[in-house]
Amino acid sequence: MNVPANLKYTESHEWVRPEADGTITIGITDHAQEALGDLVFIELPAVGRAAKAGEAIAVVESVKAASDIYAPVAGEVVAVNAELADAPEKVNADAYAHWFYKLKPTNAADLGKLLDAAAYTKVAGEG
Amino acid sequence: MFKHTPLNAAHRTAGAKMVDFGGWEMPVNYGSQIEEHHAVRRDAGMFDVSHMLAVDLTGAGARAFLRYALANNVDKLAQAGKALYSCLLRLDGGVLDDLIVYFMREDAFRIVVNAATADKDLAWLGALLTESEAGLSLKPRRDLAMIAVQGPRAREKVWQALPGSRAASEALKPFFATEFGEFFIARTGYTGEDGFEITLPATRAASLWNALAAAGVRLCGLGARDTLRLEAGMNLYGQDMTESENPLESGLAWTVDLASSRDFVGKTALVAAPPTRALVGLVLVDKGGILRSHQKVVTAKGDGEITSGTFSPTLGKSIALARVPVGIASGDTVAVEIRDRKLNARVVKPPFVRNGAVLVKE
Repeated sequence: MNVPANLKYTESHEWVRPEADGTITIGITDHAQEALGDLVFIELPAVGRAAKAGEAIAVVESVKAASDIYAPVAGEVVAVNAELADAPEKVNADAYAHWFYKLKPTNAADLGKLLDAAAYTKVAGEG
Repeated sequence: MFKHTPLNAAHRTAGAKMVDFGGWEMPVNYGSQIEEHHAVRRDAGMFDVSHMLAVDLTGAGARAFLRYALANNVDKLAQAGKALYSCLLRLDGGVLDDLIVYFMREDAFRIVVNAATADKDLAWLGALLTESEAGLSLKPRRDLAMIAVQGPRAREKVWQALPGSRAASEALKPFFATEFGEFFIARTGYTGEDGFEITLPATRAASLWNALAAAGVRLCGLGARDTLRLEAGMNLYGQDMTESENPLESGLAWTVDLASSRDFVGKTALVAAPPTRALVGLVLVDKGGILRSHQKVVTAKGDGEITSGTFSPTLGKSIALARVPVGIASGDTVAVEIRDRKLNARVVKPPFVRNGAVLVKE
């Protein structure tokens, strides 16, 4: 299983990269893209949107099914990766190279609740 | 405990993602469903469809029995080897299953039914047989496997992989079958492409599968089978028609013979009640999601529902079959509720794709 050690994770299969400017970059894990299959549609949140922790904020659809993407912590959407709307298949090719959106966390301390690579590997292995 | 086909080990060796498919553990894909889909449209792909059941009906009154048991008319089967698609109906016209019946000899027909409905179908046909007292035998053939090889280059690759099969099957027209030793080769399929469906002893399945793979036939899972059949405008039993709908409400009027004086199971009900709903094709016009089964369809004549929906790899758009009130015409615009939005879709007449070509206008 491909789970880079330098990232943080959620139990709902998002990866989270804390940036130097205090924002976080969010995508879906390799395990998630593998489970979903070929992605054909991605809906990203509006920039400026306020999200609660665990709120459904984006949608991915594969040929098989639709799935929600959740905000890992509370915060405000500060950027989205618009190129994914026209090329969702890029996420299948490399899930960690293609981010979905960036969030400015309301409370930086919330990041401490995220999973590290070892903990996520266990979560993904169980299901 | 899942049921396994004779190719289960072969799928695992090939790295298939296995899923529960009506109680059978089947491959949904071997990596990319979309690439498997394109392989069938452009070249050749194969599917393990051994979960489907062949049932051999033998005895002197076989044709007379089927003339009454099936909604389509087996009198259309004049030449040996000819196949016919038909619904199996309840007395009230509801669809018990859809099937293909092959006419081999006057006293021997082969019926191929869906996996999830096989036991129900056998019980139903067995009860009808008892009533008819015709001395017929109905034999389920769980000793057989089935491999569907589909695509513009499917037949030539079968001929490469199965020595001697070319002479036996080259002259077969679409919707005909022939026996070749232990192999039953039918020029039929569920993808909208040319190809064969090969029924063979379970013990021979893995060697033919491996030979086909060596001839360059791509391994395809049931995921690609679903997007291919939907593009081809073919119904899936349990989604696009069930016991709650009759064939006239399911885009299958062409398979029901109401013109002849022949009586058949369900005929009285079909004649008594003209359909109020129809099955149509949809192409999503707006961006904002993918059409899926059970989404609500809002039309000028009232609400309907999507029965099958997907992303079409050939069109690069989302397509669906939907059951809507009668009176909705091709070219009409309807709205589909996806999440919190209403997205416009255009009504079209299926199929969407046949023999590699897109048939609906952009």
